[in-house]
Amino acid sequence: MNSTEKSISENLICYHCGDECPDDKIHIDDKIFCCNGCKSVFSILNNNDMCTYYSISDAPGITKKDENKRNYDFLDDTDIKTKFIDFNDEKISKAIFSIPQMHCSSCIWILENLNRLDNDILASQVNFLQKSLSVTYNNNSSLKKIVTILDSIGYEPLLNLEEKRDSKNNKEFRKQYYKIGIAGFCFGNIMLLSFPEYLSISPQDSHGLNTLFNYLNIILSIPVFFYSGSEYLISAYKSLRNKIVNIDVPIALGIIVLFLRSLVEIVFFSNAGYLDSMTGLIFFLLIGKLFQTKTYDALNFERNYKSYFPLGITIKKNDGETTIPVEKIVVGNRLIIRNGELIPVDAVLIKGNGTIDYSFVTGEALPIKKEQGEVIYAGGKQTGGAIEVESIKEISQSYLTRLWNNKIFSKQKEMNSISLANIVSKYFTFIILGLAIFSSGIWMLYNTNTALNVFTAILIVACPCALALSTPFTSGNALRIMGRNNFYLRNVDLIEELTKVTDIVFDKTGTLTVSGKANINYEGIELTPKKKHLIKSAVRNSTHPLSKMIFDYLDGDYVITGKFNEIAGEGIFAEINGSTIKLGSLIHVDKEKFEFSRESSIVHCSINEEYIGKFTIHNFYREKLTDLAQELKEKYYIHVLSGDNKSELKNLKKFFGNDSKYLFGQSPQDKLDYIAALQNTGKKVLMMGDGLNDAGALRQSDIGISISEDKSNFSPSCDGILEAKSFDLFTKFLNFAAYSKKIIIASFIISFVYNFFGLYFAISGNLTPILAAILMPISSISIVIFTTTGTNLYAKRRGLI
Amino acid sequence: MSVIIILIGFSLLVAIIFLILFIRAVRSGQFDDKYTPSIRILFDDEPKKDKDKQHGSSK
Repeated sequence: MNSTEKSISENLICYHCGDECPDDKIHIDDKIFCCNGCKSVFSILNNNDMCTYYSISDAPGITKKDENKRNYDFLDDTDIKTKFIDFNDEKISKAIFSIPQMHCSSCIWILENLNRLDNDILASQVNFLQKSLSVTYNNNSSLKKIVTILDSIGYEPLLNLEEKRDSKNNKEFRKQYYKIGIAGFCFGNIMLLSFPEYLSISPQDSHGLNTLFNYLNIILSIPVFFYSGSEYLISAYKSLRNKIVNIDVPIALGIIVLFLRSLVEIVFFSNAGYLDSMTGLIFFLLIGKLFQTKTYDALNFERNYKSYFPLGITIKKNDGETTIPVEKIVVGNRLIIRNGELIPVDAVLIKGNGTIDYSFVTGEALPIKKEQGEVIYAGGKQTGGAIEVESIKEISQSYLTRLWNNKIFSKQKEMNSISLANIVSKYFTFIILGLAIFSSGIWMLYNTNTALNVFTAILIVACPCALALSTPFTSGNALRIMGRNNFYLRNVDLIEELTKVTDIVFDKTGTLTVSGKANINYEGIELTPKKKHLIKSAVRNSTHPLSKMIFDYLDGDYVITGKFNEIAGEGIFAEINGSTIKLGSLIHVDKEKFEFSRESSIVHCSINEEYIGKFTIHNFYREKLTDLAQELKEKYYIHVLSGDNKSELKNLKKFFGNDSKYLFGQSPQDKLDYIAALQNTGKKVLMMGDGLNDAGALRQSDIGISISEDKSNFSPSCDGILEAKSFDLFTKFLNFAAYSKKIIIASFIISFVYNFFGLYFAISGNLTPILAAILMPISSISIVIFTTTGTNLYAKRRGLI
Repeated sequence: MSVIIILIGFSLLVAIIFLILFIRAVRSGQFDDKYTPSIRILFDDEPKKDKDKQHGSSK
């Protein structure tokens, strides 16, 4: 089963991670690797005879490119340990990690065979949907050792400040299954025992078996009524106490009437009751509820800044390096921040070139250069080489943490709008009650007995099971289809909310644009290969973000030799092969042409004192934004809020036109206030953002959607997560939500038709148990079929399935 | 006809056994993760530790 015969070498694909390799220098035998990290993972697995990993899926590994050897000393801290350890006694411990990188069956295989890498690991088990791994190990090992092993094979667990997620969710789910199981069991048996009734066998022919069966039915229906159906009764009671009539009220009314009437029929009149209808109703309702509670286990919609923060940080201590929990940083600690790492506290730069990317925190697209001695605020990410900083505040006092203490984050976001089903069921309840009283009143004139029968029969037949099932099945199915297209909503109610949106607010950086990418425009005299060579060599030495972008933009080769000087805030001066190259703001490049521009994203260039042109760096907008903007602005008011400067206004207007609103230089608080102001004028606001700077606004908006390049990445607390690759489908999702609402309305109409027939029999006093037992499932099942096929057909037509 | 009473008793008993088995399955966590076991079952067992060369028969 060794899969060495695969012809991987032809296009130089890394045997471990499947990325392209620059050359075949890094290899073991005939297996090529893209980097030493991947190679080392392979050799670990190879030495432990675990190459099955590579035969389950092709190139399953997680790339280990430019990854530093991390130090996990902080995991020995007792407070930190309790975050991961689920259970421990004297001999063994069980820890639970979240590993978002796992993506294929090979991942499951290797993570469940960890015991082969270390004898102290006793067992490990993956929950793929939750992307979690539980490891049981004996206490010779430690949390730190386990994490180091996981990291060495490329599966570093998520180590951030986020609170441990409780397992309450699982218990809730189990309860749901118990309820369904019991309801299904009782429903089936009651149907079986009601057979004599269905076959119209008269009590005389059945030798008393009828009575026995009826009483057995009562026994079987008791757990359904008191256990499985209890949530409907409780919910109805609660809503009545708040003087609201929600969908559960008519359901509870129906259940209670069915149960009581059946008891009376069986005990006093020895007739068959309606217990089959009652248990069936509860069974179907619970199935609907299960369908509705689709959750995305691996996603977390409740994240705050804490999940953005790392758990440990490298500090310098007596010439050595160690790691400590970030919560234990004190003023005066020397912290080492490496490429891509986050600065957790406000600090002063001591050593190294600080190029801090704040795009996630403030929305500024370009990284900011920091000189030694400057203050760096918490939340930025270092890009480039490692820096050394000295903390000047503790984590609880830092800029980012204080940002989060806004009251909007402490209050629970509540859904203040009432769903369509609840509005309809309110009228439905009153109409049915009115009808029942009215028709039984008329019967009262002729026959008191029939009057009571008619009263209960109306309530039985009009039980709104179809009404109650249409929303969960329509929205639940829509939610699933959207999920398959990488748009994950927190719950089904949001589908209906989406249809009410009037205004869409976009953040710019990272939402409309792709962070870390830029469009470069060159204007000026033509760049010959020689000139390109010179400019490329000049910018090569600079760490300024714009220089890096120009370096990537120009093709050709470069030299590293030459004289080089960089003046902060002005530009670069370089002498290469006898040519002088100047790049930067206009003053620096050409003092005569005085046209100083404040726009930071223009780089002018001169070679040998001759002005040759300028590079304009634009934000890189998402593909298909043009189409999307076109579609959206026809239906909604568009607002663009940006933490960045005004330089992109012209480009934004190209997308969204002059009628949309644009605001720049917005702080997180400004964004929040803007949305609150919109809401005060009666608008329903959908906010789409990506970073921490939008977190407040996402929370304030009616629907906050966070856009993410990868769903396992950090995203602030929100109602939905949209993966960037499905960005262009966004209008389709909105239309789909609108269509779902139409389906719900249509299924309400169907349900009314059924009710009309049922009521005809009920009012005329001809409702028999068998009729109720037929009508009820038929209406429920047809609603389920109608709603699911309706949404599926639409999704198929629009290419969503 | 009285045999029906016994038969009903049996059928209920069988159904109750199934219900109990179902509840036990839920309680033991079989419904907590509905995806991973479906993959886990596809992994081949391999001889442990000792490097037996026969272990590559076929898929």
